[in-house]
Amino acid sequence: MEKLINTFAELSSCCTRTGKTIWQAAQEREADQNDMTIEDFRNIVKKNLTAMKEAIQNGLNSNEMSMSGLCGNDCSKLIERYKNERSLLGKTFERITTYALATSEENIRMGKIVACPTAGSCGIVPAVIIGVSDELNLDEEALINALITAGEVGRIVSNKVALAGAVAGCQAECGVASAMSAAALTQMRGGTIDEILNAMALAIKNLLGLTCDPVCGLVEVPCVKRNPFLAIHAVTASELALSGITSKIPPDEVIDALEQTGKLMSPTLKESSQAGLAKTRTAIDLEKRLLK
Amino acid sequence: MKQSSLLDIISPVMVGPSSSHTAGAVRLGLLARNIYNEKPSKVTFKLYNSYALTGKGHGTDKGVLAGLLGLSVDDTRIKDIFNLDISKQFEYEFEYLEDFNRHPNAVDFIIEGKHSMKISGDSIGAGEVVIRKINDFTVKCTGKYNTLLLVYKDVPNMISRVTNSIHVNIASLHCDRYAKGEDASMCVCLDGDIDKKVIDFLGLIEDVYMIRYIKKLES
Repeated sequence: MEKLINTFAELSSCCTRTGKTIWQAAQEREADQNDMTIEDFRNIVKKNLTAMKEAIQNGLNSNEMSMSGLCGNDCSKLIERYKNERSLLGKTFERITTYALATSEENIRMGKIVACPTAGSCGIVPAVIIGVSDELNLDEEALINALITAGEVGRIVSNKVALAGAVAGCQAECGVASAMSAAALTQMRGGTIDEILNAMALAIKNLLGLTCDPVCGLVEVPCVKRNPFLAIHAVTASELALSGITSKIPPDEVIDALEQTGKLMSPTLKESSQAGLAKTRTAIDLEKRLLK
Repeated sequence: MKQSSLLDIISPVMVGPSSSHTAGAVRLGLLARNIYNEKPSKVTFKLYNSYALTGKGHGTDKGVLAGLLGLSVDDTRIKDIFNLDISKQFEYEFEYLEDFNRHPNAVDFIIEGKHSMKISGDSIGAGEVVIRKINDFTVKCTGKYNTLLLVYKDVPNMISRVTNSIHVNIASLHCDRYAKGEDASMCVCLDGDIDKKVIDFLGLIEDVYMIRYIKKLES
């Protein structure tokens, strides 16, 4: 077993050599490092998956606003629309967008969610994994495999870039969540190792430079609505990768670009609310009203 | 490269909205609770910088209080903590401060009771926290390890007497003192768990004034 896997190239060669999937290789290493059985490890992942499902359900059933009063009642609008009108892109699109919004809104009303990788990006991975499971007719074990795949991809990115808006902007939070979801979805649809890693790379490549400029410093505007957007972004990446389209820049180099972009990004656009949406006229007015 | 766990990426299960401002605040409260280890009569929470500025919208004030009361990061009662009976155990107040010498997400717990204690910590991102000071001693307590904390008189052989009694692997060891021969502190992070008997035994060592065993926080 490979004890040290720090890059996507190492992950890919380990899987190719041993004939294991990403989730198989990852669960063996994690069980070994944490002194537990593979079954124990999968049970922890299962517990988190269950918490994700509960967050979606709670979010779908609530209309409560956040403490600031800025967000909280948008998911219900989406649900209402889909009662009478089908989405152009079908049922799965409807599930993914509503689940992502439901989870994000549950987060800002201080409900229970799973930070994946962060609280502000908590709606993306659950919406994709759980949102497509009905359509694909997959059992719980397959969802656990997908969540392990997502976690392993996020872990390798985090070896190079801290997954925090204050360090590298939103590309490192919602951007990485979208890349993790693209990998998970490609795993769920039977993609090869190469296809999974390409989906990850394609997703992140198209989100480079995404800033973190939250209005009033709160995890609400634009974070909440960004979750459904980037959940759908993951589906696009997975579709492209499954058709054999590859990222011309290899996965590890895409992460190098993510790291460099994060470093070059102005500190005013990294969770400090000193520029961008946070310093628009309306945002400044809100700030005066809410943070006095 | 230090090996990370993928479980850190797909957790914690927590109440929102922010891992640093909500979950981190609860974890700092939990560590302060275990360090103080007595029933307070009054607590002043000093929230600094970003914790002061955006703390209310993120429930940071509720988080530090809930943690000090022993609630875990995924406890849905955190939201209503100010209205619950459990929060009436002691008097408390909040102060909101700016100090650019402090971390953006810093908090001081000024705890009064049978003994008084000041505990300072930072929320350093993604829910990770560090307690950096207890009264005037620097310490490093993250909640990631079972941690043994001692305050004692700075005399020769104190470190060896402590480490000789511990039979699990020591992940890190940090000592500090006011001055030679004066009060000193020791912070020992452990890979495993130690028996209460060992802690009681260490507490009997001459010149040890205070000993605490702070259990690892659940992730």
